[in-house]
Amino acid sequence: MTVTVTAPLLDVQDLAKHFPVGSPLSGKRGIVRGVDGVSFTIGRGEVLGLVGESGSGKTTVGRTVLRLQDPTAGAIRFRGQDITHLSRRALRPVRQHMQLVFQDPYASLNPRMSVESILSAPLIIHGEKMARGERRARVEEALQLVGLFPAAADRYPHEFSGGQRQRIGIARALMLRPELLVADEAVSALDVSVQAQVINLLMDLREQLQLSMLFIAHDLAVVGAISDRVAVMYLGRIVEVAPTAALFTGPRHPYTEALFSAAPDTDPARRPQRIVLKGDLPSPLSPPSGCAFRMRCPYAVSACADDQPALRVAGPGHFKACIRDDLTLSAPLKVR
Amino acid sequence: MSALLDVEDLAVRFRSDSGEVTALEGVSFSVAAGETLAIVGESSSGKSVSALAIMRLLPPAPACRVTGRIRFQGRDGPISLLDLPERAMVAVRGGEIAMIFQEPMTSLNPVHMIGRQIAEAVLAHEGGGKTAALRRAIELLDLVGIPDAARRAESYPHQLSGGMRQRAMIAMALASRPKLLIADEPTTALDVTVQAQILDLLRRLQAETGLAIIFITHNLGVVAEIADRTLVMYSGQVVEEAPTASLLAAPLMPYTRGLLNSVPRLEAALRPGQRLPAIAGNVPDPRHRPAACTFQPRCDWAQPDICGVTRPGMERVAEAHLVRCARWREIAV
Ligand SMILES: Nc1ncnc2c1ncn2[C@@H]1O[C@H](COP(=O)(O)OP(=O)(O)OP(=O)(O)O)[C@@H](O)[C@H]1O
Ligand SMILES: Nc1ncnc2c1ncn2[C@@H]1O[C@H](COP(=O)(O)OP(=O)(O)OP(=O)(O)O)[C@@H](O)[C@H]1O
Ligand code: SF4
Ligand SMILES: [Mg+2]
Ligand SMILES: [Mg+2]
Repeated sequence: MTVTVTAPLLDVQDLAKHFPVGSPLSGKRGIVRGVDGVSFTIGRGEVLGLVGESGSGKTTVGRTVLRLQDPTAGAIRFRGQDITHLSRRALRPVRQHMQLVFQDPYASLNPRMSVESILSAPLIIHGEKMARGERRARVEEALQLVGLFPAAADRYPHEFSGGQRQRIGIARALMLRPELLVADEAVSALDVSVQAQVINLLMDLREQLQLSMLFIAHDLAVVGAISDRVAVMYLGRIVEVAPTAALFTGPRHPYTEALFSAAPDTDPARRPQRIVLKGDLPSPLSPPSGCAFRMRCPYAVSACADDQPALRVAGPGHFKACIRDDLTLSAPLKVR
Repeated sequence: MSALLDVEDLAVRFRSDSGEVTALEGVSFSVAAGETLAIVGESSSGKSVSALAIMRLLPPAPACRVTGRIRFQGRDGPISLLDLPERAMVAVRGGEIAMIFQEPMTSLNPVHMIGRQIAEAVLAHEGGGKTAALRRAIELLDLVGIPDAARRAESYPHQLSGGMRQRAMIAMALASRPKLLIADEPTTALDVTVQAQILDLLRRLQAETGLAIIFITHNLGVVAEIADRTLVMYSGQVVEEAPTASLLAAPLMPYTRGLLNSVPRLEAALRPGQRLPAIAGNVPDPRHRPAACTFQPRCDWAQPDICGVTRPGMERVAEAHLVRCARWREIAV
């Protein structure tokens, strides 16, 4: 099958993922709308950053896109193929082109397997035939790519620190040379010097291999450094999406403004006027009417309670879900 | 002023089939009541192992050997943590010293509702009835900013987002009203707005209760916001210690300087594709550490005839500023 250059590698339309919750003891039941009405595309070699409040649905988007969870509604097209309802079996050949780097390096590495076995497993599962020595070479190459010594192959996960384990997780995801990488807080546990190395590594891989990425992280500077575009989530929905520079120089959604203002900085002089958000993320069990951000939004007006604001054009490639077009929001960076 | 916690010459060695690893060597520091000490440093430098050694949560000998002294000012007088019988240590752990981990899933029980887990911690510490304990658990969940706390108390850990699990764990640690809280990467999994709330929360608790905090983190922005003093670790040793403001303004150890230089800046968003400044090379394999300065192979300042000969000791630069580098005097100018 040939794919036209213009078709995005990943095309997600109106994705929803709901979780039924409740305890048999109390009889309280409900539906957590983890993700609702999320649409986006990722082009070949493109990096889309995904940021947003804890619990806003970033991980769920990533996992659903990879079909590690079944979507409640919506459509996912990958490499021109509709994979929304593919069976587990039919998914298998697709899977090697899309890989997840987990948020949690502890839970994702089997403690009883050596690093060599962990890294070779994807090669074996996907039936890549190669001699043992060749496989070992691929393992060592991957370890070196992520900045670990080759002898690490013979050790076990518990012998490594958190950051080292995360690098093993990245190495594993790269073993099959995938086209799409979903990196879920993949660099969050790394100290900044290793973090910078890994981000540079991901930039290299993206150039060399045309690797596309859904890059989920809460560190805005990290997301800004690596992403072509950034989407901001709030309570299960994308509330703003824009080319990176446009978002950082002119956010158009009040939540994005608050998010930027909360970023910690080593230089007190550069620390922006902090907008401390009042209250909490509303419960996804019973989202409020209208705009989900309105209870915490310093700019809310009564009309904000009426309808859920749809994403509307706010500039070239820039969309926001806020009814107020009259706001001048503060930006962390100035246009150059 | 006497310290709440005083760590002296702490060393930790692990033994495995493939040989012995010295995870920590000659680590000394102290924490005063009401103070926040940050520990930063390269991945695998020994930050978590230091915390686990204080908590006595490392594997028992012979798999792991811990030496040195750790003194803690308990409610009933000073105690030497490394000499304490395990039974007494259990009481310290569930009471005066609490720890929150890098990984919430390692300390939350997956098969119990979080409200019940926190209530059990409350019961263990304060006694009283189950209903009162559950009420306090919900209060604690509310305190750490979990929306709809009463209902969320009935969630199992896997039903919570990463950030919410982390907050649940903080709630559990606070259940015993500790004097010292050791927080290992407590905000690493959190988005910046929740992180800002948690930092506010910790500062508030500290002001109200005189809680001392050891805050392990990679995030120097967080360090700037929360820590009175900061300890920088590299390859199993403390390499620099200073009041946070002086450390950030005038770091001396080349590793600290490299670390600060690698902090991602928002400005990078305007320079697409440009590589971030990073320290070249990797941490040495702990089994084959350079005999002299462990940072030497990666250091721009290294001079083989000085830095490659003996391991530098900690030197006092100013009142509360200590550094481990043979060339700090030249770097300072
Ligand atoms: N298996 C599940 N059962 C019930 N609810 C779930 C489940 N998985 C996720 N959720 C809920 O869906 C919502 C989105 O969670 P998700 O983990 O995607 O958030 P996130 O944006 O990744 O958060 P974080 O930044 O904390 O990792 C949360 O309210 C979460 O509690
Ligand atoms: N149980 C263990 N057995 C053997 N080696 C271990 C064990 N736990 C830790 N180590 C080693 O001790 C050293 C210090 O690890 P530690 O977990 O303290 O690092 P860290 O500074 O917390 O790093 P990170 O920032 O990545 O969490 C590492 O070399 C690690 O591989
Ligand atoms: S729609 Fe209204 S409440 Fe929502 S973010 Fe915009 S101004 Fe605030
Ligand atoms: Mg997540
Ligand atoms: Mg650690």
